[in-house]
Amino acid sequence: MMTALLLFWPALAGILVLLIKGKGAKTVAFVAALVEFAFALFAVSGFDTLSAHAQFALNLPWIESAGIRFSIGMDGISLLMVLLTTFLIPLIVLSSFKHEYRSPNVFYALILFMQTGLIGVFVALDAFLFYFFWEVALIPVYFIAAIWGGANRVPVTFKFFVYTIFGSLFMLAAFVYLYFQTPGSHSSDVNTFYQLPLDAATQSWIFWFLFVAFAIKMPVFPFHTWQPDTYTESPPQASMLLAGIMLKMGIYGVIRWLLPVVPLGVSQWDELVLILAIIGIVYGSVIAIRQHDLKRLIAYSSFAHVGLIAAGIFTLNEQGLQGGVIQMLSHGINVVGLFFIIDIIFSRTQTREINNLGGITQTTPALSIFFMILMLGSIALPLTNGFVGEFLLLSGVFQYNNWFGGIAGLTIILGAVYMLRMFQGVMFGTKTANTDNFTDLTLNEKAVLIPLVIMVFWIGLFPNTFLSISEPAVGNLLNIINR
Amino acid sequence: MTSIILLSVFGIANLFIGFLKSKRILLPLALLFLVVVFGVNLIGWNNTQTYFNNMLTIDNYAVAFTGIMTLSTLLILPFSQHYLQEDDQNLAEFYSLLLFALVGAIMMVSYENMLMLFVGIEILSIAMYILAGSDKRSLRSNEAALKYFLMGAFFTGILLFGIVLIYGATGTFNVTEIGTTQAMNDGVMNTMFVLGLLLVVIGISFKISAAPFHFWTPDVYEGTPTLFTSFMSTVVKTAGVAAFYKLMVAAFAASYATWFPTLIAITVLTLVVGNIGAVVQRSAKRMLAYSSISHAGYLLMSLIAFNERSDSSILFYSFAYSIATVAAFGVMKLVSDQRGDETFEGFAGLGKTNPLLAFAMTVSMCSLAGIPLTAGFFGKFFVFAAVVEASGLMWLVVVAVLMAAVGIYYYFKVVVAMYMHPAGNYEKVQVNSFTTFMLMLISALTILLGIAPALVSDLI
Repeated sequence: MMTALLLFWPALAGILVLLIKGKGAKTVAFVAALVEFAFALFAVSGFDTLSAHAQFALNLPWIESAGIRFSIGMDGISLLMVLLTTFLIPLIVLSSFKHEYRSPNVFYALILFMQTGLIGVFVALDAFLFYFFWEVALIPVYFIAAIWGGANRVPVTFKFFVYTIFGSLFMLAAFVYLYFQTPGSHSSDVNTFYQLPLDAATQSWIFWFLFVAFAIKMPVFPFHTWQPDTYTESPPQASMLLAGIMLKMGIYGVIRWLLPVVPLGVSQWDELVLILAIIGIVYGSVIAIRQHDLKRLIAYSSFAHVGLIAAGIFTLNEQGLQGGVIQMLSHGINVVGLFFIIDIIFSRTQTREINNLGGITQTTPALSIFFMILMLGSIALPLTNGFVGEFLLLSGVFQYNNWFGGIAGLTIILGAVYMLRMFQGVMFGTKTANTDNFTDLTLNEKAVLIPLVIMVFWIGLFPNTFLSISEPAVGNLLNIINR
Repeated sequence: MTSIILLSVFGIANLFIGFLKSKRILLPLALLFLVVVFGVNLIGWNNTQTYFNNMLTIDNYAVAFTGIMTLSTLLILPFSQHYLQEDDQNLAEFYSLLLFALVGAIMMVSYENMLMLFVGIEILSIAMYILAGSDKRSLRSNEAALKYFLMGAFFTGILLFGIVLIYGATGTFNVTEIGTTQAMNDGVMNTMFVLGLLLVVIGISFKISAAPFHFWTPDVYEGTPTLFTSFMSTVVKTAGVAAFYKLMVAAFAASYATWFPTLIAITVLTLVVGNIGAVVQRSAKRMLAYSSISHAGYLLMSLIAFNERSDSSILFYSFAYSIATVAAFGVMKLVSDQRGDETFEGFAGLGKTNPLLAFAMTVSMCSLAGIPLTAGFFGKFFVFAAVVEASGLMWLVVVAVLMAAVGIYYYFKVVVAMYMHPAGNYEKVQVNSFTTFMLMLISALTILLGIAPALVSDLI
């Protein structure tokens, strides 16, 4: 029941928000998102961290004749993802308070509708239900980006939309095929899929059908071309939703619906995927160094970081997978924080060009500290959240292949280069015309950044709080994969 | 059977009511007739009956398709108040012709004898030829009627020729008997039979506008008054595909291997031509015409799968497609008439000026594109499921997936124009509350079937 509550509460709240005209909409949306977070914390408190199985499960008939069921539940990995989503959405809503969007009721309702889609993806235990929420999460964010975005938003978001749907249709085709391989009167339950005795040749092509869908969403090189433009043209909240939570759908999809379902397919292609992911790491980082637009820079850095997560997951060892899970949390927190800081800078200076910025530290002690912590978290400095994830991921990749590990390790050096270059250009140096009257953080902005920074240190200092939640589930998945 | 008789009587009655001074009563009366027919039709559920020495069989298949076709007509008719002038001399005739066309459509889903199939197609087609040209003063409408009539007559001839050849080869018009003969001969057949089969396939392919027999479709759809276009692309197509499937199952199941290569070529061609053709259109109405070709392709996919999932997936798909198309043509007609622009740009800023119309259009576009939460998603899902289950056709699913992605591109051009392009000089589109109500009803139905598809898919 808990899961169902988590799933439907945002949608119901969204409908309520839709009916509120004027400024009340954002407050109601914020309160609703906070309540949702409280539900998630309540779920954590009742969660048995020793069990690898889906908890708070609910299993109802949906399309009875076809054996398709409305089956939801959370194991450790799902719970962490739900926790991340419910933690970030109130902050994303709060971060938008400084803007006056037109038709605010629609804007905030769409964010809440998207939350239902995201939670649905993370808790679905039925393949078609998963696909259903996968698309349901996409539509609101497409509209948010395409209606409230920048000047060039229409073609850019359109490309994003068609591109991702194109990928997911292949996933649908693969699910339909798998569904018909299930014994008896067919079922699309996740555990039934895990037990399918498919031969290696079949798994090989199903792997690609599924992988394309997830790789576009993450994105993995060379499926990333939609990403930088979309992040840049979207309004800040949509960028946060896309980078902070939505790309985790792709990674989560790999963990839940690709690795255990077609393990033989994975063993045929894992090396290629690792190579692609590592190309992405280096390529994304190098391009990020060359960027002048802050948002594009973060977009490419996000692309590089996700490459490392993908590489770690496909090593199929515990470090890699655990590192991937914890790094999803860290990346979500850091990237939302960084996008928010860019938004703060942009709303005061009307520019995102590094060349037009500088000297902001002189008047803004609070902003400088928050920015620095988030940036260091992103570089993976020890004691910050990024360190834990990247350390585990890299040790996973090293176990797989030393060469791969060595090249993937470049991410830390290159990451430091582009992040420090950005920080230096924006915060230090002499003041420019744009940054002359730069004021420090308001209360509202602090309210967004403080929770994020707390989480940076929490994950950095006590990663076990989170690692222990996902550990049994990851172990269970590895058992299934290596069976 | 009762529904055929009732509809014919109602159609004739409607003609006489047309003599009254006030034409206002015509629409409510026609709606009432259809509701009655819908109800009467349900009596045949689980009560298979044959009529006229095995000419017609009313089984669950016939009842289900009659039901969704009647319902589609019910949803189309309310839009007539925007299409037809109330002082039009021939208002009663239009309603009557639609009712007669529905009679033909019902015969096409309940025939047992190939002659009845032919008669049904003719009853349907002749009504449609007239309705295509009903805008007498419009050159395009006249052109559409002439084109439709000439091509239609030609292909009806081909169909009839095919039926006669099959009669020559098997000695019967009865589809079940043809099937039995076939099964007894173990699929062995002579040239006359094969030729007849091929001609029948071509004749029906024309009626459902499958490529390469689709050339009439864009011109005829564009020229025909929009009310009748939406009838043409929903009820006529549903009847055509349902008749096609019934024919293949009852008469030609044993010769599957013979018609399979032909039909699969037609299917792939239809999918490609329909979707690629729609991409390059600038007129929204022509885009919908090509999209209707592409949907014929998806429907043919489940026919080709030829297994126990085929009939229910055809039923669900055609219903999902029909209601979305009715709403799409409805909104398009309102917009293009009042803004005088048939291109996608005519929809610019509709999300601002008419949020409800834009919402209805978005839902129907999503449904046609097959996005989850709408009926169209499950339509595609059931079709893909049927094809995947027929082993060895995975490549067809891949083609269809690629084409579905293309489809999303052109359907969302409309959505993009509505929400992301500024309205400019365009003003609010005037629409009365009854039409708005009907559009919301269709949207609600589309979303309902997108959440609980079993309501329709489990019928047969």
